[in-house]
Amino acid sequence: MSIYSPPEGWLEAPKGPERIWIGLALTWCIVMSLAMPYWHFYGKQNSSGESYRVSAVDFGTRVRQFVEANTVGEEAGIPIVEIPPGGDGYLLARMWNFYPVLKMKKGQTYRLHISSMDLQHGFSLQPLNMNFQVLPGYDHVLTITPTSTGVFPIICNEFCGIGHHMMTGRIIVE
Amino acid sequence: MASAVESLPILGNHPKDEVRACDTTSLPVCLTAQKFIRMHAVAAVVFLLIGGIAALALGLTRWPAVHLLDAQTYYRVLTLHGLNMLIFWILNFEIAVLYFAGTVLLNSRLASKSAAWVGFVLMAVGAITVDAAIYAGKSDVLMTSYVPLKASPWFYLGIILVAVGALVGVINYFATVYIAKRDKTYKGSVPLVVFGATAAAIIAVVTLLHGAIVMIPTMLWSMGVIENVDPAWYRITWWGLGHMSQQVNVCAMVSVWYLLGTLTVGSKPLNQAVCRGAFVLYILFINIASAHHLLVDPGVGTTWKIWNTSYAMYLAVLASMIHGLTVPASVEVAMRKKGFNRGLFGWLANAPWSNPGFSGFFLSLVIFGFGGGITGVTLGTQQINIMAHNTLRIPGHFHVTVVGGTTLAFMALTYYVVPLIFQKDFYAKAWCRIQPYLFGGGITLMALGMSFAGSYGVPRRHWDIEFTGGQFATGFDAGAHVMLGVMGIGAVIAFLGLLLYCLLVVAAVFFGRPIAGKAMEAWNEEPRGQADTADVDEHKTPGTLVLVIVFLTAFAVYYFANWMWLSDLWEVR
Repeated sequence: MSIYSPPEGWLEAPKGPERIWIGLALTWCIVMSLAMPYWHFYGKQNSSGESYRVSAVDFGTRVRQFVEANTVGEEAGIPIVEIPPGGDGYLLARMWNFYPVLKMKKGQTYRLHISSMDLQHGFSLQPLNMNFQVLPGYDHVLTITPTSTGVFPIICNEFCGIGHHMMTGRIIVE
Repeated sequence: MASAVESLPILGNHPKDEVRACDTTSLPVCLTAQKFIRMHAVAAVVFLLIGGIAALALGLTRWPAVHLLDAQTYYRVLTLHGLNMLIFWILNFEIAVLYFAGTVLLNSRLASKSAAWVGFVLMAVGAITVDAAIYAGKSDVLMTSYVPLKASPWFYLGIILVAVGALVGVINYFATVYIAKRDKTYKGSVPLVVFGATAAAIIAVVTLLHGAIVMIPTMLWSMGVIENVDPAWYRITWWGLGHMSQQVNVCAMVSVWYLLGTLTVGSKPLNQAVCRGAFVLYILFINIASAHHLLVDPGVGTTWKIWNTSYAMYLAVLASMIHGLTVPASVEVAMRKKGFNRGLFGWLANAPWSNPGFSGFFLSLVIFGFGGGITGVTLGTQQINIMAHNTLRIPGHFHVTVVGGTTLAFMALTYYVVPLIFQKDFYAKAWCRIQPYLFGGGITLMALGMSFAGSYGVPRRHWDIEFTGGQFATGFDAGAHVMLGVMGIGAVIAFLGLLLYCLLVVAAVFFGRPIAGKAMEAWNEEPRGQADTADVDEHKTPGTLVLVIVFLTAFAVYYFANWMWLSDLWEVR
């Protein structure tokens, strides 16, 4: 009975179904433990968390320089900025939009820097459903390679105040 | 009363007239503890009802066809829902469980009556402070209150008071276990349920300390005393509170499973060492596993993420998988011994499914394992988390752990707490028998809707997935809308189950027929099968073994399917 003190000598090795199950469960846990480092080395989708401290002012300056140097168009009053292949792109998250619109080429690899001007935000790329956290004070670097073309909405999925549900952005891949 | 005390077969340390023998189980009930169990249980149900009404409004808002609340009210009610459910309801019930385990099961008095008062008052005042701060409209920060989102200082103060109050309760429990040991009120080792409750209490101390470490500076920052709280530091420390408190819930829930197994079918653990060892694994490893909330965060690197979520988390997962076998196995053996020894599942088919204590407990076990366990471990895999973080898949996971699992188990226990501790009889017992199915079914449907909608990318904590007013037109696949409808229907059914529970409990506790002096009316007749029970081997549980292998297969399919989906995404590192 679970509600009474166990009889003397309760400390005994598992046997029968318990023994089988502990063996199976432990094996499964080891498989899962190994899957993550395996994917880190051989898989193509990882979150390495590469990041650097940055002040909002400094990050804003870098975004401005990036936009000035690489703008190729405009949509809904927001500049469309093409990241040089293999180069660094900047995305600024703030209440309540992502700035600017980014343009990339399929198969090219980019270093995408994301930071927040104000609150915590969520970078959620749709409809792929790839999600990363965006914090103020941290430059979160995603080394990213688009493998499909089209127009991909970015939505914010970390609550950031009353306009949270209006916070969107866009990535265009050709 | 006095005669009952004298006739108790075992020793105790109760002062005269402060103990009664339970009319049903003959266990000694410390009257002081009984009072505080009642108070915490009543408080718990009040907060459950507040959180439940909020839940209904949220479900009806996220159901796109209904979209009930306006944006501001939605986020306010969401804040209210999280705190009342996840903290106030559950912590109050857990303190009640601790007071029960420490006194009744150890045949001890409660260590300190005044400490119990202090703990209760702090928790109640703190909870009311938080709810008032939310209602006042200056604390729309959701439960996680991620800085630099700022709430009024009262909000943080209320949470601190609740945490300190709960800590006082937990320390009172440890003191009770200590005096029981000192006064030799029990022989040998503590019962398994007490062992599990102690594991929960140990984790609770670490949890509540994290709460103090993160909430005190945040409150000072909110008051203007401190200039800055680092958001990455906040997240890592807050989750020391936020995740570990869920492990308190798991531990308490598993203890309640063992308790209900004993109360409903007279089950006993096959191997005490295995069950206890699994509880120890929780204590040792779960705290580090709170890292799985930060898997796509900046500020923490790959090694840190993988290390903390692999060995640490999986040894805690191992513990849950062990309980996932030992709990149903003990039911299987008990039922086979009652004569239901035919076939693989004769024991399960003939279980007392009309007893809400049993149905609630077993549904909780199944929902927690198949729903919450499989999704939780998969979504907590470092890379797979990329396609889950902050989507509806996350609440889709935890509503089948902490609600379909913990809350349902606590509800099931209530069907024994009310007659045995409140000494009141339930009205409308037919409704009592239906309630676990209604609530468990509703919450499962709701979580399924959430999980699938989340797979389409639908974010959690989001008022309008049409993004009306956003700078770019954005929306989701029609399938996502269907799934949100499923979620809404599930939420309504679950709410009806919750409301029914609250009505039944309130009616019984405040207006029920007193049954003091009489044994409680059993929920079901003693099951009695036909088969010969002489050859029941206590270590032979073929039915359970089949169940857990089905479970492991479902687990592996879901796990590897997610890796497959992940491999279709853009390359990122």
